[in-house]
Amino acid sequence: MELNSRIPSGPIQEKWDRHRFELKLVNPANKRKYSVVVVGSGLAGASAAATLSELGYQVKCFCFQDSPRRAHSIAAQGGINAAKNYQNDGDSVWRLFYDTVKGGDFRAREANVYRLAQISVNIIDQCVAQGVPFAREYGGLLANRSFGGAQVSRTFYARGQTGQQLLLGAYQALEKEVAKGGVTMLPRMEMLDLIVINGRARGIVARNMVTGKVESHVADAVVLGTGGYGNVFHLSTNAKGSNATAIWRAHKRGALFGNACYTQIHPTCIPVSGEYQSKLTLMSESLRNDGRVWVPKQRGDRRAPHEIPEAERDYYLERKYPSFGNLAPRDIASRAAKEVCDDGRGVGPSGLGVYLDFADAIKRVGEDRIRERYANLFEMYQRITDENPYRMPMRIFPAVHYTMGGLWVDYDLMSTIPGLFVIGEANFSDHGANRLGASALMQGLADGYFIVPYTIGDYLANAKLEKADASHPDVIGTEAVVNERLLRLLAIPGRRTVDSFHRELGKVMWDKCGMARSADGLREAIQQIPALREEFWQNVNVPGTDAELNQGLERAGRVADFLELGELMCRDALHREESCGGHFRVEHQTEEGEARRDDEHFAYVAAWEWRGDGQEPCLVREPLVFDDVQLATRSYK
Amino acid sequence: MELSLTLRVWRQPGPGAPGRFVEYPAPGISQDASFLEMLDIVNERLIETGDTPIAFDHDCREGICGSCGMMINGVAHGPERGTATCQLHMRRFRDGDVITIEPWRARAFPVLRDLVVDRSALDRVIQAGGFISANTGSAPDGNAIPIPKDAVEQAMDAAQCIGCGACVAACPNGSASLFTAAKITHLALLPQGQPERQRRALGMVLRMDAEGFGGCTLFGECQDACPKEIGIETISRMNRDYLRALLTFRPA
Repeated sequence: MELNSRIPSGPIQEKWDRHRFELKLVNPANKRKYSVVVVGSGLAGASAAATLSELGYQVKCFCFQDSPRRAHSIAAQGGINAAKNYQNDGDSVWRLFYDTVKGGDFRAREANVYRLAQISVNIIDQCVAQGVPFAREYGGLLANRSFGGAQVSRTFYARGQTGQQLLLGAYQALEKEVAKGGVTMLPRMEMLDLIVINGRARGIVARNMVTGKVESHVADAVVLGTGGYGNVFHLSTNAKGSNATAIWRAHKRGALFGNACYTQIHPTCIPVSGEYQSKLTLMSESLRNDGRVWVPKQRGDRRAPHEIPEAERDYYLERKYPSFGNLAPRDIASRAAKEVCDDGRGVGPSGLGVYLDFADAIKRVGEDRIRERYANLFEMYQRITDENPYRMPMRIFPAVHYTMGGLWVDYDLMSTIPGLFVIGEANFSDHGANRLGASALMQGLADGYFIVPYTIGDYLANAKLEKADASHPDVIGTEAVVNERLLRLLAIPGRRTVDSFHRELGKVMWDKCGMARSADGLREAIQQIPALREEFWQNVNVPGTDAELNQGLERAGRVADFLELGELMCRDALHREESCGGHFRVEHQTEEGEARRDDEHFAYVAAWEWRGDGQEPCLVREPLVFDDVQLATRSYK
Repeated sequence: MELSLTLRVWRQPGPGAPGRFVEYPAPGISQDASFLEMLDIVNERLIETGDTPIAFDHDCREGICGSCGMMINGVAHGPERGTATCQLHMRRFRDGDVITIEPWRARAFPVLRDLVVDRSALDRVIQAGGFISANTGSAPDGNAIPIPKDAVEQAMDAAQCIGCGACVAACPNGSASLFTAAKITHLALLPQGQPERQRRALGMVLRMDAEGFGGCTLFGECQDACPKEIGIETISRMNRDYLRALLTFRPA
């Protein structure tokens, strides 16, 4: 298989404008004849569904939650980047583009990232017009804060709840279109398969999570905005329901999976406290604007933090990366935390933690200012840990947060299945091997508001689609596959709970495919995961029936998919004999322990093709060409 | 320290089916576990003994998605102020406690199963005007309209609503006034929200009534239950906007 990224020709600044002109349009009167299924109602899905409906398409939007407003975008805390240069500190579209390519360790497509930086400014305008209450200065103009991996202040925010406010903006736009009749919203519906007719995506099979009924929804195009797959690790900052089923089903129907191993481990999360732990909670990166990260200089120093004098503290990020200091990018900050903990200098009961200390900032600007900036985060920390971060430093540790990998898409955000578009975290496109803070919200909304609504029109205008409805043999066949799988899960006379399998998978993934990966460890994981999968299908205990609200059945299906995806991640990590961004192979590091990239052999997107159960996936390469950015060793020193 | 608890949980197999309280012993619960993690542990044990696990809605477990919510000993989201169920931790309970757990109870929130209720009525209230009609692509520069910092901060206080429905469950009348007023307040405090202000207030209030939510008699239970501590002064604003719209709004 050959991959065609369909990157437009011409200078990078003109690619998107030229492409938009070249895209075929659908006549306004004809748009209402086309139907689009959008799966997912987060920033990407909700913004796409609302905008497609505004344009006149008939949209059906699905989410597994009880309301589209609950999608996990809601939990994003810190902010959204945009190249507005309102702070007059030298920002520009070019600089945001450069920072993002560099932040991604030169493993993203230049043209996509440039377009993202261009569109970033429109996103802010759009969200302000919707009434998103971004923070403002006393003069009434928009305020900014700094974020990791950048030396300019370009992050827009709404306290520590930026994702919530942006999502509610998109949700309200969506509900506006529901009221007008352009969008039919189908909550509590879980996509369980993709309908492919004559090689084109023509709809989905979904299960009504209240009645258990399996239904087919045929359409002219399908958009997946179903988020990332960080929950393959069991413990992550993702919502409990976040899952990979939609993209994994699409992968098994022919959509290639890009850069599966690129996982972001976020440096500032609340450490694990016990076996019962169900998820990890992020403390926004924005806290690193004012918090200083440190550990004791001495190994095994068990003194309380305030008893450790200044001279005996190691502010290791400031020491190792003086020019970025505490705002070093996430992959680098996470690895540095792991390093000091491996060295026996970690803090807290488990020794797996570092301090994030606000004492200096409180001294400098006063407790009120700090409260104003981070009150909700400090409260959340206190509720979970029972410690007051105004009085003693937070304890933090890295946790799985985001997956840069996802379904492979071309410049139009279309997967290798024509008519299947993939947006937001679900695709692999813009972040390379490491995502910078405040860029996920930017990408989700860029894809949903400003890219897919154009590119889908071009597809529909060119595609000659045959008529199809629920009676089509391929629809009936897909539905049968879904029903058969549900019944198979319920029929297993097993003893172990779904969660016990999930926890075990998560441990293998974290140990072998987490912050540091080795060829030996990955080979072991590639043995262990199929064995665990085998046991799952023999020995899982799924209670209840398919014809009712059955949360155990929902989870079983998702974990079954994670058990396949986890193996692909390990295979991808094993094949990539270099370290880049969030992918750190212990065999490939500099003497100082920094990532050593291999541009000569690995400057490509690894896209994997599903070959069937028990078959090794096939690797297809999309070479990455850098015309506008010089490949350099990433340095934040 | 570990707690040994007794749970009294509302079990109901489906919509409209009769429900009842069932008692479950819950020994060996860490004080550092969250309330939902405690339910996870109980559910794991139920599955292992061949029983049906307790259904409850939950997702982000960070207190922001608004999915979770249950009456804990008769209090919406339990004993800790300004805290959603998922952020409630077991250190708020004592060894030997009996904890009664029920779903939200309101006419507009039918029970779907156990602790899971249908809150789609809240989405329909938003559809009746809880938005600013600004189609994608038509926006002026973000800094074109300066907005006083105080106004934005107040708008943000109201905009924080997570749509969990605790206000409805806590209200003796089953009113959604706090939920509706929070959205009306958020948008009414911003210049962008002015063109549709009257239409919005009328539409949302009428829809709220049509969905079977009760009227507000200013008990104030809602603001005590709100995990985001949104205050009932928002309801006064909603009532003012609604009255003004009733008297003066003439749709074009």
